[in-house]
Amino acid sequence: MRRQIPLIITFFIGTLLVVSVFIPPMESLKETFTLYFDIIAVFAFFLGGGNLLRVHLTKLSRRKQDWVYSIVTVVGFAVVLVIGLLKLGNPGGITASPTAEGSLFQTLFNSILVPLGSTMYALLAFFVASASYRAFRAKNREATILLIAAFVILLGRTPFGMMLTSWIPESFSILQIPSLAVWIMNSPNLAGQRAIMIGIGLGVVSMSIRIILGIERTYLGEEK
Amino acid sequence: MDAIGLWIGAFLTLGIISFLYKDNPWYKLSEAIFVGVSAGYWFITLFWDSIYSKFYIGITDKGDYYLIVGAILGFLMLLRLVPKIGWISRWPLSFIVGAISGFYLINYFSSNVMRQVANTVMPLFSTEYGQSLFTAPIGTIVANIIVAGGTFTGLVYFFFSKEHKGAFGVTARIGIWVIMITFGATFGYTVMSRMSLLIGRMDFIFGDWLGLIK
Repeated sequence: MRRQIPLIITFFIGTLLVVSVFIPPMESLKETFTLYFDIIAVFAFFLGGGNLLRVHLTKLSRRKQDWVYSIVTVVGFAVVLVIGLLKLGNPGGITASPTAEGSLFQTLFNSILVPLGSTMYALLAFFVASASYRAFRAKNREATILLIAAFVILLGRTPFGMMLTSWIPESFSILQIPSLAVWIMNSPNLAGQRAIMIGIGLGVVSMSIRIILGIERTYLGEEK
Repeated sequence: MDAIGLWIGAFLTLGIISFLYKDNPWYKLSEAIFVGVSAGYWFITLFWDSIYSKFYIGITDKGDYYLIVGAILGFLMLLRLVPKIGWISRWPLSFIVGAISGFYLINYFSSNVMRQVANTVMPLFSTEYGQSLFTAPIGTIVANIIVAGGTFTGLVYFFFSKEHKGAFGVTARIGIWVIMITFGATFGYTVMSRMSLLIGRMDFIFGDWLGLIK
């Protein structure tokens, strides 16, 4: 019973959406379900937020390692919640959008989240460079091809790449590194991307069929 | 306010960059702020966008009472917190999984399979390129052959139901070369995008904050 009902729901809803594609009056079903997803996502966020608080408050109460930083996380979370829910510091008041220009909520986003997010990603440049130094040894033919393609794309997107091969006459411009980078992106790279995309597409289709038919049940978790 | 925001931004940027030296309290502080503030930010954004604008306004102003079903499903998900009836939270999960499966089944087949195959099989000689059948530039013909051949060999590599031996093995070997070029190109592209982000942060530190770059 506990597993049968979810399987029936999955089968019914999945089949309904597939069938709706072939019946024009049912096409709006997709939009309705998308609205449901958005609403369910907020409730899922309640769970996520609750879980975040639980983990950090437990860490705090048990004085685990680095518990001081848990205070920062919980306070940061609570401050943004209060500012966002009550729309504090919003020039348009409670009726305006919380993300309106000049609002405290948007200022928090611009001053805290933007610098933190982009610096986190920028930091990856160093780690990717150090990882590639270790991984990019031309040990075999495949690694050499990967190395050459990456090198051409990297150089092709900098002025240095143009400078290196600017002496090549215009009639052989395809051999200039920037042109070569464009050619790699538009031809062999496109072919590889397509092969991967078609593979993913077929994989998703077969997995969807397995889920709808109830063959794949791992999303239900373990029986309790 | 702008000046305070600038200093906070600089403080946090340097805090994250300090991780390059080693894990330190400044980095941990910045990381903790990131976790707390981003969780709060996305919760609030979702709350006002979905619960208020779509659900509340939808019901009160437009009379879209069918949205209550979404709220009921969302509420059922919260039952996960009650151990005795936690199993009911599988119902909304099944709804989401079923709907996404049905949605992806058609969408992925259409966009990732059908459309990609259609765009791969391009004519080598066609009046699309000019008045005559044979006016296609040689570069276009070569590119079309490489894309079609590369896609085919790449797919052959992903076919594991047959041992990669003989002619099939050779085709799969060419396929892995094509895929290696793709990985290399993707890697190069990713590194450059991260570099441009890093340049942006350096521009912020040395330009906006310190005023050394005019």
